[in-house]
Amino acid sequence: MNRLTWRKTVNALMSGVTALCALVAVAPLLFVLGLLVVKGASSLNWAFFTKLPVPVGETGGGIANAIAGSGELLLLAALFGVPLGVLGGIYLSEFGGWGVPFFVRYAADLLVTVPSIVIGIFAYVVVVLPVGHFSALAGGFALGVMLLPIVVSNTEQFLRTVPVWLREGSLALGAGHWKTIVSVVFPAALQGILTGILLALARVAGETAPLIFTAFNNAYWNRGLNQPISSLPYMIWIYGISAYDDWHRQAWAAALVLLALVLTVNVLSRLVLARKMAARRIA
Amino acid sequence: MTETAARAKVTDDPNPQTTQEAARQTAQRMEPVRAEATIKIRARKVDFFYGAKQVLQGISADIRERKITALIGPSGCGKTTFLRTINRMYETVKHARAEGELLLDNDSIFDLALPNLRRRVGMVFQKPNPFPKSIFDNVAYGPRVHGLANGSRLKELVEQSLRGAALWDEVKDSLQKSAFSLSGGQQQRLSIARALAIDPEVLLLDEPCSALDPISTAKIEELLFAIENRCTLVIVTHNMAQAARVADYTGFFLMGKLIEFNDTKTIFTNPAKKETEDYITGRFG
Repeated sequence: MNRLTWRKTVNALMSGVTALCALVAVAPLLFVLGLLVVKGASSLNWAFFTKLPVPVGETGGGIANAIAGSGELLLLAALFGVPLGVLGGIYLSEFGGWGVPFFVRYAADLLVTVPSIVIGIFAYVVVVLPVGHFSALAGGFALGVMLLPIVVSNTEQFLRTVPVWLREGSLALGAGHWKTIVSVVFPAALQGILTGILLALARVAGETAPLIFTAFNNAYWNRGLNQPISSLPYMIWIYGISAYDDWHRQAWAAALVLLALVLTVNVLSRLVLARKMAARRIA
Repeated sequence: MTETAARAKVTDDPNPQTTQEAARQTAQRMEPVRAEATIKIRARKVDFFYGAKQVLQGISADIRERKITALIGPSGCGKTTFLRTINRMYETVKHARAEGELLLDNDSIFDLALPNLRRRVGMVFQKPNPFPKSIFDNVAYGPRVHGLANGSRLKELVEQSLRGAALWDEVKDSLQKSAFSLSGGQQQRLSIARALAIDPEVLLLDEPCSALDPISTAKIEELLFAIENRCTLVIVTHNMAQAARVADYTGFFLMGKLIEFNDTKTIFTNPAKKETEDYITGRFG
């Protein structure tokens, strides 16, 4: 075997091995998706999206309250986590440096790694105990706490990508620091920041642990922010560990719905982000 | 191009050997500035530091009102730093400080309130930097910040400024379009229109053509002659031919010092210092 053939052989071999590893790495996602479609798709019908759950023994029924509940919880989480996170990100990016900003950034990084069950217990102590019962507000708060550090670091990162000469263009016209941030820097980063928020929401949408001690569950429509509320991950969990075949089927279907929603948001926001980045490279 | 050439301070040689040669030849044919104009900016022993590092040493110069002054010199010589001292843009950098006397008319630049100073001294940057807004809102930004106009008066001001930057005819039907839809040259003229909208007394230009093609460059240079009647222009340029074409006065910077400052003809044809001559003739830089 001459040198060139040897090189080509090694080249082909290594390409093959790395491609195989890449395939194995993404296989779980494809496998999960396939399994959910196989197990859950047959239970999907119009009633599944529009009806309330029915008692064990009765067939039919749906998860409308869980879908609406998840939406409501995410909205509450966003109301809590997004303004705080965005303002925190602005602080880190625009007034950053050493000392306090360093501490804040470090704390945000740590908060991301805190297990979600711990955040659930935290929300339980802070909101549920004083009020005396589970509530949508407590669940929204717990998810909001999870959202917060992601939004902070994401906002900071996108603000930092805004070129210096854009800021200076505003300062050179006599605009102040805050005016420059609000009118020029923030709008320039807005699309990225919004996309990041959507990705973060998609991430916490599947969280179950923080909801166990906070939002709890509800077999009916939620009757107010201070009442327990149903959610997709919680419903999947309850139905999944139950003893009834019908509930198992519905859990599979609910899991498929949740994954489809999360994947859609994820893929769409990444597409938008990729297009934005490409546009910036050209400009 | 022909119009530009006709109005240029110096006419281009049709077959220049090098840009340096072209600059020298054209400057020779140029009339020296006779009548001394009023001094707009007076610098006396201006020192500049980044932390402990001194980057400008004892800069003294008189910049004349309603004239074009070019600052030339090799990279890192301090010409842009000096430009950014005039509107105190250096203050965005931590541990940067300037010392000495720097007067705008009779006011010390270091004592003026920033919004006030930057209203009087505008700046155009190396890279076109439109804001992520419509063309109209870009130009209206300065007047809005300073509360100069609103409603129909603001519209007039925007039109006036765009006309002043020779951009009106190209954008009058698309004022609400994003400024990013414009070409690089148009974006740079938009930056100039935006700066003109607050009617500055001085306009600083930091290599405004270095990112542009020759045709866009010619348009900008032509524009400078038109603006010259209404404000004092200070332009940093790497392009000596450009300095010779547009400037009434030229200052040559080297390693943080202002080696020579004189009318452009003298600088390019009869420099007093050897360093200036070496740079002009292309021996370094």
